[in-house]
Amino acid sequence: MTSGAFPASSSRSWRKLRRVSQALFFLIFIILLYITEFAFTSAKTPDDAILPPPILKFFFQLDPLTGIAAGLSSRLLYGGLALGLIIAIATIFFGRIFCGWICPLGTLNQLCSRKSFDRKGAGRGFLRRFRKSNADSVDDTPGQVTGKLIDRNRYHRFQTWKYYLLIGLIGMALLGSLQVGLFDPIMIAARSIGMVIIPAFNMAISDIGGWLSGSSIGIIALIGKGIFALGNGIFIYLKQPHFQGVFWLALIFILILLANRFITRFWCRALCPLGALMGLLSRYSIFGLHKNHAVCNDCNKCLANCQGADEPQGSVPHRRTECHLCLNCLASCPENVISFRFQGPDRAVYTPRPDLVTRRSVLAGAIGLAAYPIFRSGDQFVRDSSFIRPPGSLIEEDFLARCVRCGQCMKICPNNALHPAGLETGWEGIFTPVLIPRIGYCEHTCVICGHACPTGAILPLDIKAKIGDTDTPPNRIGTAFFDKGRCLPWAMGTTCIVCEEWCPTSPKAIWLEEVEVKDRNGHAAILKLPHVDPDKCTGCGACEKVCPVAARTGIYITSAGESRDPRKALLLKKEIG
Amino acid sequence: MSDDKIKRREFLKLGGKAALLGAILGGAEYALSLGEYSPFNPPAKNLSGAHVVKSDNAYPDLVAVKSADHARAVAEAVALAGGIGRFISKGDIVTIKPNVGWDRTSAQGANTNPTLVAAMARLCFAAGARKVVVADVSCNETRRCFQRSGIEAALEGTDAEIVLPSENNFIRADLGGEILGAWPVLRPFLECDKLINIPVIKHHGLCRGTGAMKNWYGVLGGPRNRLHQQIDTSIADLASFFRPTLTVVDITRVLFRNGPVGGSLDDVMVHDIVAATTDQVAADSFGARFLSLKPSDFEYILEAEKRGLGKSTGFTMVEKELA
Repeated sequence: MTSGAFPASSSRSWRKLRRVSQALFFLIFIILLYITEFAFTSAKTPDDAILPPPILKFFFQLDPLTGIAAGLSSRLLYGGLALGLIIAIATIFFGRIFCGWICPLGTLNQLCSRKSFDRKGAGRGFLRRFRKSNADSVDDTPGQVTGKLIDRNRYHRFQTWKYYLLIGLIGMALLGSLQVGLFDPIMIAARSIGMVIIPAFNMAISDIGGWLSGSSIGIIALIGKGIFALGNGIFIYLKQPHFQGVFWLALIFILILLANRFITRFWCRALCPLGALMGLLSRYSIFGLHKNHAVCNDCNKCLANCQGADEPQGSVPHRRTECHLCLNCLASCPENVISFRFQGPDRAVYTPRPDLVTRRSVLAGAIGLAAYPIFRSGDQFVRDSSFIRPPGSLIEEDFLARCVRCGQCMKICPNNALHPAGLETGWEGIFTPVLIPRIGYCEHTCVICGHACPTGAILPLDIKAKIGDTDTPPNRIGTAFFDKGRCLPWAMGTTCIVCEEWCPTSPKAIWLEEVEVKDRNGHAAILKLPHVDPDKCTGCGACEKVCPVAARTGIYITSAGESRDPRKALLLKKEIG
Repeated sequence: MSDDKIKRREFLKLGGKAALLGAILGGAEYALSLGEYSPFNPPAKNLSGAHVVKSDNAYPDLVAVKSADHARAVAEAVALAGGIGRFISKGDIVTIKPNVGWDRTSAQGANTNPTLVAAMARLCFAAGARKVVVADVSCNETRRCFQRSGIEAALEGTDAEIVLPSENNFIRADLGGEILGAWPVLRPFLECDKLINIPVIKHHGLCRGTGAMKNWYGVLGGPRNRLHQQIDTSIADLASFFRPTLTVVDITRVLFRNGPVGGSLDDVMVHDIVAATTDQVAADSFGARFLSLKPSDFEYILEAEKRGLGKSTGFTMVEKELA
């Protein structure tokens, strides 16, 4: 029996369905990123904590690689990470449907791919050229397709890189260093779109709207005001966020997308560790491509349209582990050779396993395992440095075993306080969240970031755990220190104490000493000198944020005294419990 | 090749022409748009005194009403001060300035009591106000402040509009003060017919206590953290520029220490008093007693009085306790 579960006559409808699915999931992804913003948080009553909707974590929880790797590194399957099982099980049965039908980065890669690298599009218009070169188009011309594209779409050994990367990452995770977030497509898409594209897009909208509405020409001003009225709260922020180091996020994103112009879905084929995991899971999938070689005329149209480079063409075995189930082959086959269908346990069709070289696999695993002691022995110094983690963060060793650098905490922070780290937190901590008080301090009663974190690197505190009460100590993220050479009252005899005004603890951690000082002319004046009480300070950084001394503030926060790490305790105290 | 060069030259010429045309049009547009509120032209109208109602000896300078029913206290205080009709006319656009500076709940006393704000908004509408705007340039994240202060919730059900301080909604205004020159001011505070200040009396580490006049800090954008270097002059400057139609003072509970942010209910004392006055100096002078201080303990009160903005002593006062 050669007719498939998807009859050839409806082959194009199946591909259409795949496109609808991609568009739908991409839309959901973008909407979720858009609502990862303070404007979409809420509280039942003014006395309750303001919390984000739990749905924000959906895509991150759906990601089985996050579940497996974070589960290995932290020895815990946090919160909804079990949702990843749905995708994992679906993959075992149906193959890499996630890659072809759901993954937002996969969708973007597909959009950025060319169908034909060497064939010039007919006509000159940009749109026509785009359509012609779009990876998803189908060539209806008769005869055998040849050329560079065919060679590029054949299976290549570089497609095994992703498996070695996966093995290395899993090796790292085994010992407690979670680096999958750097390479996981969901995290890459969330970071890049969430922290680069959306803020930049919104800023452009707001700037254009502002520019137009300032016009003296009535109609133009009206358009500008219309942009504000329609976009306010969604496309226009109340306060434009700025993220530190987005250049690197943007560069990585652009390189990933650009690679598609040379090799279709290069990232997905060669590097994606989630794709590799799906590949391993799909090896025994009972659903997949079936070729009827007897009627194949070797036109190679399936190959020309192939997304995964999984060899749908004649006379070679299909590589199910590489197939994204995009169904382009099905739609482009003129002879109805190809069908997708369930194949019994005695699958007649042979699917080669990923042709990994055992020695290289072992090497990748060994490098992964070795990376952990190298990172940790070398970066011990970094862990004692001054960077500040979000409130409720686990102790650094555990934090690095959980944080997947999705950027949710940074996006949702109402004060734009959290930023992707560069190298200040060590090589292990690239793109993990750090708090930069000068850009934004940690709001005293705010606990939103912990409730947006999909992996529990930041714990979901309640208000009491955050600010403490008579029995509970507050969650400290650091301690404030005065730079007496720069603080206005201390260094220049000038009245100030904005830091004391803003200090949110009760009693205030910053207290004032009244002293009599003389200016250069000998005139005496009473001055209030600020001091820090380290026992009261939570390190929120409001003082540093509002210090009027620019460039290097008169008061600043370091991680000394942070709750999460007893080694950094500042004061000698008897521990209770 | 030569064809190509001609094409390129023509293209460049065309581009040059287009750029020139654009520059002319853009320049004209720019010159035309330099209206009243452009960054280069401060608003022409001098606001000082624009919102003030005529003084009337028939009414006391200050009214203080004590009641646990705060909405009733507001209504009674306004009634004794001359009735809402004395302050709001039909068709007025009213801007109300509560203190929504901090991410604090109402009971903690760092912000204006939401009941007072809602009651005042309702009174304005009852007097025929066309539009009532409630606005503040909060210190902490402004949406959190409006949410947790309870003011957002209290205004639901009234037709009052909350205007949050979005970056594009500030106008540079020449405050013409001794120390304050051109500062960005949130638009509704400049574009209104009537201005109502609803401050909360509370402790302040630098100037000992704050109420009505310090509340004008919250209309400004820009580097407010520099004002503290001359806090008393700054406050007097602001009070000279922003002279409200009516000041309703929130003394329902007073943050008597650890201000202006507070955080603990232990720092708060309940008084259940609402005062109404047309004299912002009197408002702060009256508030002083709830911080166990005299008006003369505040330099900004003395300076404002010296400038003729109001009386710190000797104002007529009616006190009433509702059953």
